[in-house]
Amino acid sequence: MEPDQVKHHVLNDYQRDFPLESRPFARIADELGVREEDVLALLADLQAGGVVSRIGAVVRPNTVGASTLAAMAVPAERLEAVAALVSARPEVNHNYEREHTLNLWFVVAAADQAAVRATLDSIAAETGLPVIDLPLQTAYHIDLGFDLSCP
Amino acid sequence: MPIDSTDRRLLATIEDGLPLVPQPYAVVAQGLGLSEADVLARLHRLRSEGIISRFGLVVRHHELGYRANAMAVWDVSDGQVDDIGRQLAGYDFVTLCYRRPRRLPLWPYNLFCMVHGRDRETVREQIARLNAEQHLEAHPHDVLFSRRRFKQRGARYSLRGAA
Repeated sequence: MEPDQVKHHVLNDYQRDFPLESRPFARIADELGVREEDVLALLADLQAGGVVSRIGAVVRPNTVGASTLAAMAVPAERLEAVAALVSARPEVNHNYEREHTLNLWFVVAAADQAAVRATLDSIAAETGLPVIDLPLQTAYHIDLGFDLSCP
Repeated sequence: MPIDSTDRRLLATIEDGLPLVPQPYAVVAQGLGLSEADVLARLHRLRSEGIISRFGLVVRHHELGYRANAMAVWDVSDGQVDDIGRQLAGYDFVTLCYRRPRRLPLWPYNLFCMVHGRDRETVREQIARLNAEQHLEAHPHDVLFSRRRFKQRGARYSLRGAA
């Protein structure tokens, strides 16, 4: 298999059912016809380049810990500073500027609701701006990974 | 079976991902004072019970060439939202689909979808398809493209209390 094909398969085929066995990288290597050290080196490259953020568990919302989506309307001249303050919180895992009056959107996760609430309150207090709390009510889509053949 | 405190410690340990070594579960087990077999059995169980919705590579869309990402939102009546949400979740380009509360007057929408694509034009076409096929044009809706990504990593559910 060509290196590009190996890369495609590693990225596409192991998002959901990564081997849960003693030597998972050897298993993947076996399935793709390469060596264990090749798979490890490829994954190290992909992580270093930011294509792979991690190999691990995606936990179903509201089964372990608590989380919410939050939004703020930040004046343009303060956006960089407020975004940096938000990103600095360890509880914040995603933080994006979006094109809307509500222009800063971030996800807060922590051990429980109280810790999530405290984080939102603290960001509101530090910035003097309201933080809109949009907790998940129903998930219609279970995260099954991302198909690389998508348009 | 609900998760126990050891499951929680295990999930907390791997929040930043498995180490890239030949026997990653053995390394994780050692840090927790467990056996490799116990760690593997727990992960199998958490996955089969759906507490872990998936276990594997977490990729970044942007770095894969999916440069455009939009949050498409609609205001759908509370009686219809579950039906429509389930329909939207069936499209392969919809990566997340959630119901969340409205926060009037600033935020009137209760149905959220994330759509990723190689460029904005593709994403706009995909959302237009959702509107057309699911008859959503008459519902108030909006599309919020992302402009800048300030932070993106996995959740840390182990965090207790505000720092």
